[in-house]
Amino acid sequence: MKTELKQILQQVSGIDGVPSGAYSFRINGISELHNNSENTEIVKKLDRAGIDVVVKANTKGELIHIPTLIDESGLDDLVYNDFFIGENSEVHIIAGCGIHNDGLHATQHSGIHTFYVGKNAKVKYEEKHYGQGTGTGNKIISPQTVIHLAEGSTLEIDSAQIDGVDYTKRLTKATIGDNASLITKEVILTTKSQTAYTDFHIELDGQNSSASIVSRSVAKGQSKQFFYSVINGNNKCQGHSACDAIIMDHATVKAVPDVTANHVDAQLIHEAAIGKIAGNQITKLMSLGLSYEEAEQEIVAAFLR
Amino acid sequence: MLEIKNLSFQVENDTPQQKEILNNINLSISAGSFVAITGPNGSGKSTLAKIIMGIEKPTAGQIFFEGKDITNTSIDERAKAGIGFAFQQPVHFKGMRVIDLLSLAAGHKLVVEEACNYLSQVGLCAINYIYRELDNSLSGGELKRIEIAMLVARNVNLYIFDEPEAGIDLWSFQNLIQVFKNLIAKNNGIVIVISHQERILEIADRVIVIEEGQIVQDGSSKEVIPNLMFGLDSCHFYGRRVSF
Repeated sequence: MKTELKQILQQVSGIDGVPSGAYSFRINGISELHNNSENTEIVKKLDRAGIDVVVKANTKGELIHIPTLIDESGLDDLVYNDFFIGENSEVHIIAGCGIHNDGLHATQHSGIHTFYVGKNAKVKYEEKHYGQGTGTGNKIISPQTVIHLAEGSTLEIDSAQIDGVDYTKRLTKATIGDNASLITKEVILTTKSQTAYTDFHIELDGQNSSASIVSRSVAKGQSKQFFYSVINGNNKCQGHSACDAIIMDHATVKAVPDVTANHVDAQLIHEAAIGKIAGNQITKLMSLGLSYEEAEQEIVAAFLR
Repeated sequence: MLEIKNLSFQVENDTPQQKEILNNINLSISAGSFVAITGPNGSGKSTLAKIIMGIEKPTAGQIFFEGKDITNTSIDERAKAGIGFAFQQPVHFKGMRVIDLLSLAAGHKLVVEEACNYLSQVGLCAINYIYRELDNSLSGGELKRIEIAMLVARNVNLYIFDEPEAGIDLWSFQNLIQVFKNLIAKNNGIVIVISHQERILEIADRVIVIEEGQIVQDGSSKEVIPNLMFGLDSCHFYGRRVSF
């Protein structure tokens, strides 16, 4: 694997090469480096680009890597990945997309991921997005995540756009069954003239279903961020969304909450807070010996942890 | 040694006159001493502490620390020169954990045992706190103790505590007094505590009373405390004895 690909693999997945267990690498628009495990089968789709990840029922402690790596400037990659998680399984999936662009052309990856999480299954899904390279071509990552949570299941999503992504439009749609839970935490950093849209549509259909949508973001330079969150409580359920943003320089941050209760026992909360770094936070860290710039860096890094 | 010469601080207000918060303060505090500064609310105590830390700039006068004029130095320069400050109102940090802040205070990445040492000195069980974020999930008393622990973690020669007893219960109050004694012993440092708490005033080597921006009393605790308790009428400062 080329050095640039290794670098972005490390950034998005925390690994230096091919891991153990089940995995599937997508490199420059081609699915390669597959491996199945005893309980997880990864199958290339025949009708379109993408894979099916099939986890057997009652699988425990399974770790699956599915990184996407691109260093071919100008590539426009669209992929459909479907996840079928068997009943009572406990699975940890590390996805993520890294783009290295040294060229003039925009490089784009759009991953459409659909989760079918079986009864009482528990899934943790990590997705990091990262861009680097010396070229002037934009690095664009626009994922769509479609989630179907069966009774008693849980999906926990940690997503992070850590650096270097010029444009992102991410959409997450979920239907949540009885006693099922969706927990998402997204972290977004935009700098320069980057733009990030993030959009959640959550249907709390099941009795005692719940959703927690937490977004923490920092907008620097002249970047723009837009956070939309729609939660519909259609049964006895709990929904919570929180957008917490630090705005710096000449950036723009917009947060649009939308909660609708269609059931008398739906409990829905939305919180949105946008503001610059508090002066007393800077003062406190300076009183510990940090310069103004060091204090700012520490506050931003911790906020985006 | 901390020396404050002819220090004044004025702020603009709605009237044509400027409001004088501190008026010609002169003070000299030698190494190895424990000084309590007390006085009514709004008398200028916290402003004086903030001016020593560099958070506020005086409108007149000079500050010398260990022989150097620090009047025009920044907060971080003073921190590096050996001045530490525990805020009256602890600051919230989203995402920043107790161990992160203690590490910044100590100047190096702390291992759990070190963080535990600092937290136990302020009566907190480290395992319950080190990975907690300094946000609204912590009570005012917990935040206050962590604020004190941060100053304990610093290796400085001048420790300033602005009303550290607020939110501290009786049990940890004993620890707090021990913390002050340890800090003085550590580097033969100076501990300045702004406090209304009689027991802190009693153990201080020196008690300074500020009223309306001026030092009105300065002496040993034995000399000053009787005046606070009995010399003032009930409408005035410390007309009521506080006992524990």
